[in-house]
Amino acid sequence: MPDYKWPPMDKRRLIGKPISRLDGAEKASGRAKYSSDLNLPGMLFGALLTSPHAHARVRSIDTSEAEKTAGVKAVRVIATPGTEIRWAGAEVAAVAATKEEIARDAVRKIKVDYEVLPHVVREDKLSEVGTRAKPAGETVSGDPDAAFKEADVVSEGEYGIPVLAHCCMEPHGQVIAWDGKQMTYYPTTQGVSAIGPDLAKTLEIPATSVHVQQQHMGGGFGSKFQSDLWGAECARLSRASGGSPVKLFLDRATDLVIAGVRPSLWGKVKLAAKKDGTITAWQSETWSTGGFGGGGLNADLFPYVYREVPNRRIQHTAVSLNAASQRAWRAPMHPQVSFITAVAMEDMAASLKMDPLELFSKNANYTARAEVYRAQLKKAAELAGWSKLWHARGDSGKGPIKRGLGIGISTWGGAGHASQCRTTIHPDGSVVVELGTQDLGTGTRTVITQVAAESLGLPINAIKLNIGDNKYPPSNPSGGSTTVGGVCSSTRKSALNALEKLFAAVAPALGAPVDQLEAVDGKIQVKGNPAKNIAWKAACQKLGMQTISEMGANDPRATLGLNTGGVGGIQIADVSVDVETGVVKLNRIVIVQDCGLIVNPKTSESQCFGAATMALCGALMEERVMDRVTGRMLNTGLDFYKLAGISDIGNIIVHLDISPEHDARGIIGLGEPPVNPTIGAISNAVANAIGVRVPTVPMTPDRVLAALERRKA
Amino acid sequence: MSSKKPTGVTEKPKKGFSRRGFLRGVGVSGGAIGAGVLEREAEAAQPAAAVHGPGEVAITLRINGKAHSLSVEPRLTLLDALRDRLNTTGAKRACDRFGCGACTVLMSGKAVYACSVLAIDAQGKEIQTIEGLAAEPRTRALINAFVEHDGQQCGYCTPGFVVAAKAFLDRNPSPTEQQVRDGLGGNLCRCGSYMGIRKAVVGVSRQTGGAKNA
Repeated sequence: MPDYKWPPMDKRRLIGKPISRLDGAEKASGRAKYSSDLNLPGMLFGALLTSPHAHARVRSIDTSEAEKTAGVKAVRVIATPGTEIRWAGAEVAAVAATKEEIARDAVRKIKVDYEVLPHVVREDKLSEVGTRAKPAGETVSGDPDAAFKEADVVSEGEYGIPVLAHCCMEPHGQVIAWDGKQMTYYPTTQGVSAIGPDLAKTLEIPATSVHVQQQHMGGGFGSKFQSDLWGAECARLSRASGGSPVKLFLDRATDLVIAGVRPSLWGKVKLAAKKDGTITAWQSETWSTGGFGGGGLNADLFPYVYREVPNRRIQHTAVSLNAASQRAWRAPMHPQVSFITAVAMEDMAASLKMDPLELFSKNANYTARAEVYRAQLKKAAELAGWSKLWHARGDSGKGPIKRGLGIGISTWGGAGHASQCRTTIHPDGSVVVELGTQDLGTGTRTVITQVAAESLGLPINAIKLNIGDNKYPPSNPSGGSTTVGGVCSSTRKSALNALEKLFAAVAPALGAPVDQLEAVDGKIQVKGNPAKNIAWKAACQKLGMQTISEMGANDPRATLGLNTGGVGGIQIADVSVDVETGVVKLNRIVIVQDCGLIVNPKTSESQCFGAATMALCGALMEERVMDRVTGRMLNTGLDFYKLAGISDIGNIIVHLDISPEHDARGIIGLGEPPVNPTIGAISNAVANAIGVRVPTVPMTPDRVLAALERRKA
Repeated sequence: MSSKKPTGVTEKPKKGFSRRGFLRGVGVSGGAIGAGVLEREAEAAQPAAAVHGPGEVAITLRINGKAHSLSVEPRLTLLDALRDRLNTTGAKRACDRFGCGACTVLMSGKAVYACSVLAIDAQGKEIQTIEGLAAEPRTRALINAFVEHDGQQCGYCTPGFVVAAKAFLDRNPSPTEQQVRDGLGGNLCRCGSYMGIRKAVVGVSRQTGGAKNA
C-alpha cells in the first residue's frame, strides 16, 4: 500500500501554493454554463403559482383558463382542494409553456378559492405568539442559583437576531427532461451524487434512472441540498408534456420566501462573575423560530466556545410560524449563538469595567482549546491595534463620529466527508481524475487538481478533472465545511494507488522495487538516484494495451491523518458610528483563523473574506421583515433585502495560522468557521463606540438611534 | 425612441406598453445605474409615446457587432431576449429587477442592467455583452485580474461585475481604491468576493497604465 501521508511542507510543489482557481476565466468571461443558463432543444419554461396567504385552506382551484392559453403544454395542481397552506409562498400550481412569459401569464389565470385562516408570522415578541411557542426544555449544570447569589457582579442583557435568507445569486431551480423512463436532471445543488436519489425517492422511481449534471452552481450556503417540491414538479411537467426539457427557476421574490432561511434567536442572558473577571455562571432564556417546523436551534450550544462555564441554566423555546422551514445556513446555529454569547460577555466586561480582551482571554480555560484562543486573541489584538484604539465603553471622545473595537468568537469541525475518487492513467500518458462532487465556488476543482498533480509529479495542466456528474464515483454533499478534506483525501489515495500500478509497470526497466520509486517533475525515478529515471510518457507507454484505473476513498472514521476537524477563530471589528444619523461604518475586520493544512492559501483567504462579508450583512443591514397583517414577507427583492456592496465592507485582514504544528493535523474545512464571529464582533464594536448596546441586529440607523435615546432616558 | 419604427407599432396610447410609463415605474426605486441613465434619456426624448404590442413585434438588436432579428412581445426585457432567445447567457438573472447588477451589459458604451431595459428599446443601440467584451484585450486583462486576485467565488455575479468594471475603467482609467468602492456599488456578490474585486480593478488599471497607455 502506498504511503498516503502528505508530502513534507518544504517538499510541496503545488499543495500549499496560491494557485488561481482553474475555472476562473471560464466563469468571469461568461462561458461557464450554470444550469439556469441552459437552453436545450425544445425546452419549455416552468412557472409556479404560490399562495398569497400565510395560512389558508384551498377550497377549489380552476386551471381551465391556464390550460387553454396558447403555448401552454402542461398544468399541474399541487395544492388540491382541501390542502392546508401553511405559509405564504407555498406552491399551489405549476405550468410549463413554450415561453416564460406565457407560463407566467397562465399562472395568473389560475383561479384559487381560499378559506383564509389565522396566521402568526412574527416571533420577535414571545408574548405575541400564543400557542405557537413550544418549550424545548431546560438544561442545568452545577448550581447557577448559588453562583448568582455569590457573584461579585451580575450582568444582564436582552438580545435578538432575526431570520435571514440564504439569497444565493443563482436562484433555486433546475432543468429536467423526463420521458417517464430516463431523466436528465440539471440542478443547482450542493450534492451532485445525492440529489438524484433524493428526487427519485419523491417520484418513486429507481435512482438509476436519474442522470445528474451540473458544471457550475451559483451559491448554496446550505440551502441547496434537497431536490425540493419544485424539482419534483418540474419533472412532472416534463413528463406531462411528453418528455420535453423544462426549465423552472424561482423568481427572486419566491426564492427569498421559500428557498431557505436560518432560525432567529432572541432572549435574555444573565452572567455572574468574580471581580477579577472569572465568569462563574451563565443563564439564558431564549426562543427562536425555524419556520413552520419550529425552533431548530440547539440552545445547548450556549455558552458558545466557553462551554465549560461551571454553573449553567439554559432554557429555550421553539416557535412555529406560518413561514417556510429553515435550512442549514453556513454554520447552522453558530453565528446566532456566537453573537449572543460574545455580546453577553462583552456586556459583563463593561459591567466589570474590564478590558474585554482580558475577559475573553482570562476565561479561555472554559474553552476546548485555551492556548489556541489565547494566542488568537493576542494576534488579533496586535493586528487590530487594540492597545492603541480600544477605550472603555463609550469613552470615545467628542464629536459625532465614535470609533470602537469589538471581539467575536468561533468554533467549528470541518473534517472531511465520505468521498470516492477514480484516477485513470492511459498508455499515452494522459490522466483523468473523476469525482461525483461539486464546486460551489469554494475552489474544489482547483484543490483536487493540485492534489492529483502533486501526487503524480505532474504539472496542473496534465490533469483532466471531471466532476459535477453522478456517473462519477460518489462524494457526499458539500455541507459542514467537509468537502476539501474529503475530496483531497480521496484524490490523494486514488492518485497514489494508480501511481503504484504505473511503478509496477516500469520497475523492471529501472531495476528497482516499486517502493523505491517516486514521481517527480514529470518523471518516474529511483529514490536517492534521480539519474535513474524514465519520463512520464515513456513510462505510460510501457502499459501497452493496459489502462490503469484506481479508486481511492476517504473514510471519515479512518482518515489516516489526511484530514481532521476542530478549529477556533477570533475576529475583531473596528467601526465608526455617527451618533447623529445612527449610521455604522465598518472600518476593518481582523480575522485570525485556526486551520490545518492549507491546500490553497488564495482560495482559503477568499473563504475568510466571503464568510465575514456574508456575516456582516446580518450585523448591519440584512433581515427578513414579515408583515403581521398580510402574513407575507415585505422585503422580497434585493432593493429592500439588503446585502453589503463593495463599499460596505471596510477592509478585511486575514491571518491564517499556517505552521508546521497546524499543518500536521491534515486538511480542515474553512467555509464556515470564519462566518461565526463577525456579528458579535461588530455589535461589540458598536457598543464600545457609542457606550450602549444596540440589542437587536441588524444595527440599522433607527435601531442605533433608539438605543442612544434609551440611554438618555 | 429609435428613428426606425419597428413593425407592429400601433397608435393606441391607453393599451399596451409605453416606454415612459415603464421607465417611470423602474425609476421609482432608484439606485439602479441603468434605470437612472435611461430615465434621464427618456425625459429628454420626444414627449409623444409610441405604443407597441401587446402582440409580438419584429425587432433587430445589434449585439457584439452582429445584427439579430427576432420577434418579441414589447414587455420582454433585453436580458430575457439575450438569455432565452439568443442563448447569450453571460449576463445572469439573479434578482429579476434592478437590484444586483448580475445582468450588466453595455448599451452604447454605458453600463445598464439588462433586466431593466426592454428589448424593443435596445434597438438602434450597440449592445455589448461579456461574451463580446471578453474578446477585447482590455477586458481580457480585467478578466485575468479577477482570476489572479480571486475576485469571484461561485461566479454568478462575476460577468456582470466585469462588465460594470470595464465601463467604470473606461470613465476612470486610473482609479483609487476608494473610487472603485464608490464606482462599483451597483453590483452585488453574495459570496463576498469584494476584496479580490477591488484588487483586480485597481491592479489592472495600474498594469495597463490607465488610459494614457491603452
